[in-house]
Amino acid sequence: MIAGKCKALAAAVLVLLATGCATQPQKPYDYAEFKAARPASILVLPPVNTSAEVIAPYGVLAQATEPLAESGYYVIPVSLAAATFRQNGLSNPDEIHELPAPKLREIFGADAALYIKIIRYGTSYQVVQSETLVAAEARLVDLRSGKLLWEGSARASSLEQQQHNSNGLIGMLVSAVINQIVNTTSDASYKMAGIASHRLLRAGNPNGLLHGPRSPQYQKD
Amino acid sequence: MEALTPPIHARKRLTMMNKKLAAGFALGLVLTLSGCASQKPKTLYGWGNYQDQLYSHFKNEGNGHEAEIAALEENLQKMRARDEAVPPGYHAHLGMLYAAAGKDDQLIQALQTEKALFPESTAYMDFLMNNYRKGATK
Repeated sequence: MIAGKCKALAAAVLVLLATGCATQPQKPYDYAEFKAARPASILVLPPVNTSAEVIAPYGVLAQATEPLAESGYYVIPVSLAAATFRQNGLSNPDEIHELPAPKLREIFGADAALYIKIIRYGTSYQVVQSETLVAAEARLVDLRSGKLLWEGSARASSLEQQQHNSNGLIGMLVSAVINQIVNTTSDASYKMAGIASHRLLRAGNPNGLLHGPRSPQYQKD
Repeated sequence: MEALTPPIHARKRLTMMNKKLAAGFALGLVLTLSGCASQKPKTLYGWGNYQDQLYSHFKNEGNGHEAEIAALEENLQKMRARDEAVPPGYHAHLGMLYAAAGKDDQLIQALQTEKALFPESTAYMDFLMNNYRKGATK
């Protein structure tokens, strides 16, 4: 009896160990170009913004450096790069995204450039619930060869954490209004952009970027 | 009476063993579960409020350099006190603010520091310093 229970427990522990933290990945990404290029430095271009929120590019650009640097890359200082573009008469991200790769390479010396497109950014009031949502896409292009090394997308929403509470309709309406106030006054979109940015740009996520040379995980993924 | 002793003893030993086994498994289970939990890995750099500062900088659009410099210098002191590496772009960003506040000598020093910490930045830091020198001799 006791031995049997022990065996069952041991088996359960083994199963837990074996399955571990693994989540089933989607189609595995083809990293052939990425692995052939192995960029060490990344220039983050001012993001193209298709959301209605004018402040969106600031929220995303300000929080792009940390996930990339912690993934092992040198990140060209985003504030200086934006200033350099501006000093050269380029303040429209659409125009900046059209610049030829060799020109970017010449000025910034980066191995790769990251092209971010913001799809959604902000809080929307939806009668019962308000939602703060940030969604973005990114492409990593090698500035030496012009080749696409990686592309991906990510989103983060305040509804992920919120549980439907059973306070009835009035309670839900009140909480929606409160959420709206909290979401706007504490700049919830900025915080949500930080989460989305991590999901999009931190190496090690499923189908995400590979680690760069400054990470201990370099060439192990 | 003598005859009863061994079984009790044996039973005790059995429960003892059982307890030890259970404890062992419990430990294994905890280790297994905690493995997945957010075990915060050591970061490569100290960040402090750097990204929040960048965000304010973008929103300020060229106003409040002095306040930004003070906040970044304070953050830098905290990083040094905690023995954390300064993240990419930090010194260069600070340098740009020094320049905007008229502290030109500190600009060059900050860009040189960025270059020394991150040789990957060499081309861009040289570009910025050359531009600055051209501007200064005009």
